[in-house]
Amino acid sequence: MALLFHIGRYFLLLGEVFSKPERLSVYWKRTVEEMDLLGVKSLGIVSLLSLFMGAVITIQTKTNIDSPLIPQYVVGFTVRQSTILEFSPTIISLILAGKVGSTIAAEIGSMRVREQIDALDIMGVNSAGYLILPKIIATALINPFLIIISMFLSIFGGWLAGTLSGIISSSDYITGVQYDFDPYIVTYALIKTVVFAVIIATVSAYQGYYTKGGTREVGISSTKAVVYSDVVILVANYMLTQLLLL
Amino acid sequence: MIEVKHLSKRFGTVEVLQDINAQFHKGKVNQIIGKSGSGKSVLAKCIIGLYAPEKGEVFYDGTSFATMDKDQRKQLRQEIGMLFQSNALFDSLTVMQNVMFPLQMFATMSESEMRERAQFCLKRVKIDGQGKKFPAEISGGMQKRVGIARAIAMKPKYLFVDEPNSGLDPQTSIVIDELIKEITEEFDTTTVVITHDMNSVIGIADEIFFIHNKKLWWQGSRDELMASDNQELQEFIFAGSLMRQVRKAMRGQ
Repeated sequence: MALLFHIGRYFLLLGEVFSKPERLSVYWKRTVEEMDLLGVKSLGIVSLLSLFMGAVITIQTKTNIDSPLIPQYVVGFTVRQSTILEFSPTIISLILAGKVGSTIAAEIGSMRVREQIDALDIMGVNSAGYLILPKIIATALINPFLIIISMFLSIFGGWLAGTLSGIISSSDYITGVQYDFDPYIVTYALIKTVVFAVIIATVSAYQGYYTKGGTREVGISSTKAVVYSDVVILVANYMLTQLLLL
Repeated sequence: MIEVKHLSKRFGTVEVLQDINAQFHKGKVNQIIGKSGSGKSVLAKCIIGLYAPEKGEVFYDGTSFATMDKDQRKQLRQEIGMLFQSNALFDSLTVMQNVMFPLQMFATMSESEMRERAQFCLKRVKIDGQGKKFPAEISGGMQKRVGIARAIAMKPKYLFVDEPNSGLDPQTSIVIDELIKEITEEFDTTTVVITHDMNSVIGIADEIFFIHNKKLWWQGSRDELMASDNQELQEFIFAGSLMRQVRKAMRGQ
């Protein structure tokens, strides 16, 4: 019953979020600010993770398929496929759920317990729309760029680790990266990314918006935001994969 | 004028307010008093529409809040200013941006006119010159003033003030009280103040509403308050030694 209650309230909140904005210019200004806060400021962690992720995939692939019957370029091919199909869109989105999701829940939760959301409501501002819509648009717009950067850096990280450690030649790796490339996998990855971005923004905002109590509850909301966003992302990942790849 | 008719509110099985009837008049400082947890703030939130009452209705100049549609409520809320107990200023905005916020959302004026209006409001609450600071960089008393400036930015017809003196020293409390009184008279607002500060009640109240035991227990003016023999009211007002001395002085003892 509790689950149904939360699902129902989540969709009612979304109804409020997508109602007509009071001032488009104010909403757009907030969206740009959110793109900076939630997207651009995540670039550092995304870059670092992606470089190491590619490096680890390269080393693990090489150690697991060390057979004379399997061509060397398979390492580059595997890094590309696993990065584009799964690691960049899903793992990076799970990491972003931790960073961005907790930020969103903490910010909105703090505003709730400090009566700032009540202040917005009393002024006649649609608090749900004003606070949440710019975050949804910002993450849906900026996350695909983050993931594309992640893809490049992960593949580059793999090349760096492979060539520096000498386990694969640069030409073999690049051949593998270029081998049998189907651009649709990028489309698939970006569709997933946008869906995950919306999940992160809305689930986290929901947790923050309905925070009750004080600072301790804001912390609890942040934790819930990360956990529930991750769970929903994993379920959505399975469903989207079945829907788009099979 | 704001009129409350037969208003009752409960949270789960706990009844907080029972059959409240009250009229808050225009151009007057209407103070709702009562012990902590008596339901004063709940009553205010029911009047504003943040809580839906179980029974009863609230009328704004004769129009029932319950019968208003979404747009009418939105319109009404633009005519309401509120100063929160916690001030509820937006931390990420400067003082000037906080005061300009309702104007940017609703007013049909240019950026310079908005700035001019915000400047006027800040000047009116005697805090001009602090516009570029963030709420965290100014004192609690100044934050109250900014809250009042933001509340009057849209020239409200109704002004709600929740515990204006909480966390303030006695001198600053008097300044804030006087400001509320002046603004009520100057802008002719229907002002509703929720407080348990008797100094504030003696200082600025035109009409007093005492909430006790879930009900509107007593209602009257300042003079009637001091002369009242209502036992519960007396116990509440004269709980402090200072107020007991005031009563003694008034009775010539």
